[in-house]
Amino acid sequence: MDFELMQKVYPFFLEAAWVTILLSVLTAILGLTCGALGAAARMSRFWVLRFIGAAYVSLFRGTPALIQLFILYFGGPQIGIQLDAFEAGVIGLGVNAGAYMTETIRGAIISIDKGQREAARTLGLSQWQAMYKVILPQSMRLMIRPLGVNINALIKATALVAAISVVELTYTAQRYIGSTYKPFEMFLLAGVLYMVIIYVVGKGIAWLDRKVQIT
Amino acid sequence: MGLDFSIIPKYMDVILLGCAWTIGITVAAALLSFVGGIIFAVIALYAPWIVRQPFRLIEWLFMGTPLLLQLFLIYFGLVQIGIDLPAFVAGIIGLGLHFAVYNSELIQTAILAVDKGQMEAARTLGLSRAQALRKVVIPQAVRAVIPPIGNNMIALLKDSALVSVIGVSELTLSAQRVIGKTYRPFEFYILAAACYYVINLCMEWVQRKIERRISISR
Amino acid sequence: MTEQTDFVQIRHAQKSFGELEVLKDISLSVDRGQIVAIIGPSGSGKSTLLRAINDLDALTGGEIWLDGTRVNKDLPHRQYEKHINEMRQQIGMVFQHFNLFPHLTVRENVTMAPMLLKGLSKDDANALAEEQLDHVGMLERIDYYPSQLSGGQKQRVAIARALAMKPKLMLFDEATSALDPELVDEVNQVMKTLAEEHMTMIIVTHEMDFAAAVCDRVLFMDKGVVVEEGPPEVIFKNPTQERTREFLRKHIEGAK
Repeated sequence: MDFELMQKVYPFFLEAAWVTILLSVLTAILGLTCGALGAAARMSRFWVLRFIGAAYVSLFRGTPALIQLFILYFGGPQIGIQLDAFEAGVIGLGVNAGAYMTETIRGAIISIDKGQREAARTLGLSQWQAMYKVILPQSMRLMIRPLGVNINALIKATALVAAISVVELTYTAQRYIGSTYKPFEMFLLAGVLYMVIIYVVGKGIAWLDRKVQIT
Repeated sequence: MGLDFSIIPKYMDVILLGCAWTIGITVAAALLSFVGGIIFAVIALYAPWIVRQPFRLIEWLFMGTPLLLQLFLIYFGLVQIGIDLPAFVAGIIGLGLHFAVYNSELIQTAILAVDKGQMEAARTLGLSRAQALRKVVIPQAVRAVIPPIGNNMIALLKDSALVSVIGVSELTLSAQRVIGKTYRPFEFYILAAACYYVINLCMEWVQRKIERRISISR
Repeated sequence: MTEQTDFVQIRHAQKSFGELEVLKDISLSVDRGQIVAIIGPSGSGKSTLLRAINDLDALTGGEIWLDGTRVNKDLPHRQYEKHINEMRQQIGMVFQHFNLFPHLTVRENVTMAPMLLKGLSKDDANALAEEQLDHVGMLERIDYYPSQLSGGQKQRVAIARALAMKPKLMLFDEATSALDPELVDEVNQVMKTLAEEHMTMIIVTHEMDFAAAVCDRVLFMDKGVVVEEGPPEVIFKNPTQERTREFLRKHIEGAK
């Protein structure tokens, strides 16, 4: 194990780690937004919205994220969409993550006991009031851990943007493997940083989960 | 530049060959990940401490890092220690190991969920622990774990696109080759997506059939 | 539009789930301040009928009237929503499984609807909640969460929550069926008090003794129809219908 080399190049990995973190944050925000919209669509009164929601989930979960990224980045110009690699990465991965989060959010909402909705409606609350005051607060508590799983996968998925040359952790690892011929060392540098990011995020999710529990 | 889907038929043969490779790689890696999952699960649960600990560390490493990074490690790493394998083999090993680790978690849970009484009954009949595991516990665990593993296999199909990055001529790389000639990325990436989607649907159909078969024989 | 003189009117209520007819042409009138019990075997449709009164489970045919207004009006969706929400404020419902909101304290469970729907200020709502909870004997647990309460306590809070909206009519859907026997009494007490205060109540119940003691009228339902109806003395001591007799026989034996 070539520690000297690792010591020399790790600053580059640290820099790349920040890109990975930025990618993860932006993608997560977009993903959660798409997830919320998707869940709302799937549970809508209007069948058109329900269909669009179901199609969104099916298509984006049923095809590789890498291909979705390529369609957006390489194919986009053909339909008038010009994005740089970073933008394409965030949008592509964000919309992809949103499909998974749609199901997570929807699952949590559906799992709330039917009687809760009935009690709220019986008091005279409208459908929207019942959702906002009774169902959503309860389902939020249930959503946090599973969304944490989605976010965990999302952080690892940011590696895909290496394939469109965004200088994040995996790209940096590939680059230095190419120039130093030391894959184990480079894997270790990148790998440890990924694990640190995931660990910290995981702790954050666990803290959030604990915080919203009732008594 | 606009869109022109009419040139697709001309290159369908290349794409279909890519599909065949994707299916082949997926199936091979899936089998590897299934067998590997069982082995890893048994090691994680029953091996002596000195073997188990480093093993769990490696498992932890593989679950906490991106698959693409692991593929780089395996592909370039093997070359470094003198084993020069064709890219697709490295791809199958990379995918197989990655999902073996995830499958092992599922299988461990399933093994622990098999009633303790099963092991006790087998041991009182005179079977050794290894025999009891092999003949009684693991078969039951495997039955229970098929649905979630099926989901992992479908994830594997989608992740197989990553091996294009290390140069394996499966569907994604084939699409890229065609794009290199025709300069029509949108059309051919959409086509590739459609192919993945169809293969995905087939896999889900197969999974449902298997699950039905299993629940009948219960 | 016929003038509705009775307080609560159910006219030719009919409910089918596909092929299965759960309610077969039921008509019923309830006067202001009356206490009506509905008894019957499971599957008789009694809960379905109760839940149709506030349109929780919509009827497939028939009308529900409350104090001169039709509850299950035929309106386009948005107007219907507005209408039914207003109507439901006038009808309180107590469920078998309480359905208290677990993420809110007892206080918040009771104040939520008055504040949200009637625009009460926080102070007014709190005063109202304290009054209602005191009425059911749950004032000292006002800042507890439902998970910290026993079944009987939860149900009493549920009653207070419904009463806080000052309804004209209270519906009870097997309010004590999910309670341990020792806890049934405290809930029955509250219901008895309500009856004495002349709240109009329709009660679906398995508790014959309670029904006999508190109610003015008893309806026996079986297989989607009202088989027999009358004051408790008649129904429980001298039922005219054989089906009623059989049900009571089985029920009393079962209780033994």
